Amino acid sequence: MVKYVLKRIGYLLLTLFIVASITFFLMKLLPGTPFNNPKIPAAQIAILRKQYGLDLPVWQQYLNYMVGIAHGDFGESYQFAGQTVSYLISTRIGPSLQLGVQAMIIGTLLGILLGAIAAIRKNTWVDATATIFAIIGRSIPNFVFAALLQFWLAYKWRLFPIALWDGFSSSILPTLALAMAPLANTARFMRTEMVDVLSSDYIELAKSKGESQWQVVAKHAMRNSMIPIVTIIGPMAVDLMLGSLVVENVFAIPGIGQQFVQSITTNDYPVIMGLTMLYSVMLTVVILIVDILYGFIDPRIRLSGEGN
Amino acid sequence: MATNKPAEEPILSVKDLKIDFRTFAGPVHAIRDVSFDLKKGETLAIVGESGSGKSVTVRSIMGLLANNAHIASGQIMFHDADILKKTKRQLNAMRGNDIAMIFQDPMTSLDPTMPIGKQVAEPLRLHTNISEKKALAEAVRVLKLVGIQDAQERLKDYPHQFSGGQRQRIVIAIAIINHPQILLADEPTTALDVTIQAQIIHLLKEIQEKIDTSIIFITHDLGVVAGIADRVAVMYAGKIIEYGTVDEIFYNAQHPYTWGLLEAMPTLETNSDRLYAIPGTPPDLLDPPKGDAFAPRNPFAMQIDLEQQPPFFQVSPTHAAATWLLYPGAPKVELPPEIKRRRQIWETQFAGKEAE
Repeated sequence: MVKYVLKRIGYLLLTLFIVASITFFLMKLLPGTPFNNPKIPAAQIAILRKQYGLDLPVWQQYLNYMVGIAHGDFGESYQFAGQTVSYLISTRIGPSLQLGVQAMIIGTLLGILLGAIAAIRKNTWVDATATIFAIIGRSIPNFVFAALLQFWLAYKWRLFPIALWDGFSSSILPTLALAMAPLANTARFMRTEMVDVLSSDYIELAKSKGESQWQVVAKHAMRNSMIPIVTIIGPMAVDLMLGSLVVENVFAIPGIGQQFVQSITTNDYPVIMGLTMLYSVMLTVVILIVDILYGFIDPRIRLSGEGN
Repeated sequence: MATNKPAEEPILSVKDLKIDFRTFAGPVHAIRDVSFDLKKGETLAIVGESGSGKSVTVRSIMGLLANNAHIASGQIMFHDADILKKTKRQLNAMRGNDIAMIFQDPMTSLDPTMPIGKQVAEPLRLHTNISEKKALAEAVRVLKLVGIQDAQERLKDYPHQFSGGQRQRIVIAIAIINHPQILLADEPTTALDVTIQAQIIHLLKEIQEKIDTSIIFITHDLGVVAGIADRVAVMYAGKIIEYGTVDEIFYNAQHPYTWGLLEAMPTLETNSDRLYAIPGTPPDLLDPPKGDAFAPRNPFAMQIDLEQQPPFFQVSPTHAAATWLLYPGAPKVELPPEIKRRRQIWETQFAGKEAE
């Protein structure tokens, strides 16, 4: 197992190196420059470019950048002079992470529950309702939910703060808005998988032991249905934790989503790079965790992993 | 091989069972008036080709029919209670305790994510108040009984760590841990290779003696039947068309369909390069034929076979067949060579005995 994890970490580092390289060169292909304010005189732009090393040949910049990353130095923002990328990200990642984790937990748990119930009551009104709910959750963008939640729960009924980032209660509405998509996704996957599992031979055998329907579901069907769910949970989690620009905007939350878009529109190379790398690290780490988690849910995978 | 068991009250009695399946095309009449008895300690084999209704019959005994199944009529009496009238709760209390089932495909019938010890102990935990530890100890005992010798060490292993034959032994262990009065074996050897088949059949016989249970053994393979059954019922198109003791069915069969099955079975005497196959396909049970369902495939069919369903004609107290060939006025037919050979064996070896 340890050997397997070490090997996977090796691959992970290789993946990150490739992602960093590709992002770096892609960014160089972006039109425009970081310093395109027409009011800045050309001479000053030249000084700025020199200061940030942008006058060097591309391969030299690439080398400098990679050496920096290897030391954990992602450079300074062009847009906010004197602020390092690490500092910029660290001050704004908190709310996004918290919202993401909360939305993830609520979304997947409710999704699994909803999907399972729909599967157990297949082709009844319960199933139909759950399906409609899932389609709505999947097809309506989260900012619409955000606005609706704001209007009803915050403005009309005054149950929660309408916006801003001020304690747990202010995180509830954005969490709900963000949770809709993973909830709907998980519910759909869970239903399909559960319907499949419920028609399998080992479920019939479980019934032949004298288990009630709920015992069959709890003891045998749930765990087997969740194997593929784990796969979609990983990327979904990363997506959520890195923030949603629109939902963060609707609730005026100082998160990372806003930062990302801003850095792209202003060609703030180090910030783009930093955020891309953060995204890549999280994604690859989550995938690694998911793969290890698989082993705990599915013994067949655990053993083939040990064999490696 | 003839059954010497004293005639007693049947432990299970299926009467006039009719089951339809609702489909988009209309109701499929899967079971069309099936009746049979199962006596204590005996093994009844139900033989027939795919779609003849064997599996549906045992699933109805288990109360495990698909949602679109509709029981049109009939009773399944088990200890003075009709299984078809039991509530969900009563059925759960019965399943895995009084009546247990062994499934066809051992590769898919065990939960891949649960250690086998827990799976074997589960019926015990469900139907008694035994502690987990004691249940696992009992699981070890039963696993050893079915031939998993290193059971203690392998309790925490998962199904994929066992071979197909071993898995079927585990499935059997699950079925017998509560010492059920009836074991329903739904083609338990079909998915196994021939040497393992023989082992599993031997095991079932052994277990039957140890725990004194009755077995309904479903198969499409008459060859398997000889080794395990006391009595045989042959099913075709949702009906039993002939029943009798093993010897009666193997050596004195009366229904042309049973003849076909016997001819299709390779024996040591078979010297032809090609095996016999019954021509044609089974009828569509959406719209079952008016007469004998086998008539269109039957080289011995008469006009009446197409028009009217034959009743059962009693051949002996234990043997009956539903074919117009047994009607007193029916013409004598020239038997196929294989059947003729078997009749000769019957006359020399068994007929005298029956008279004694």
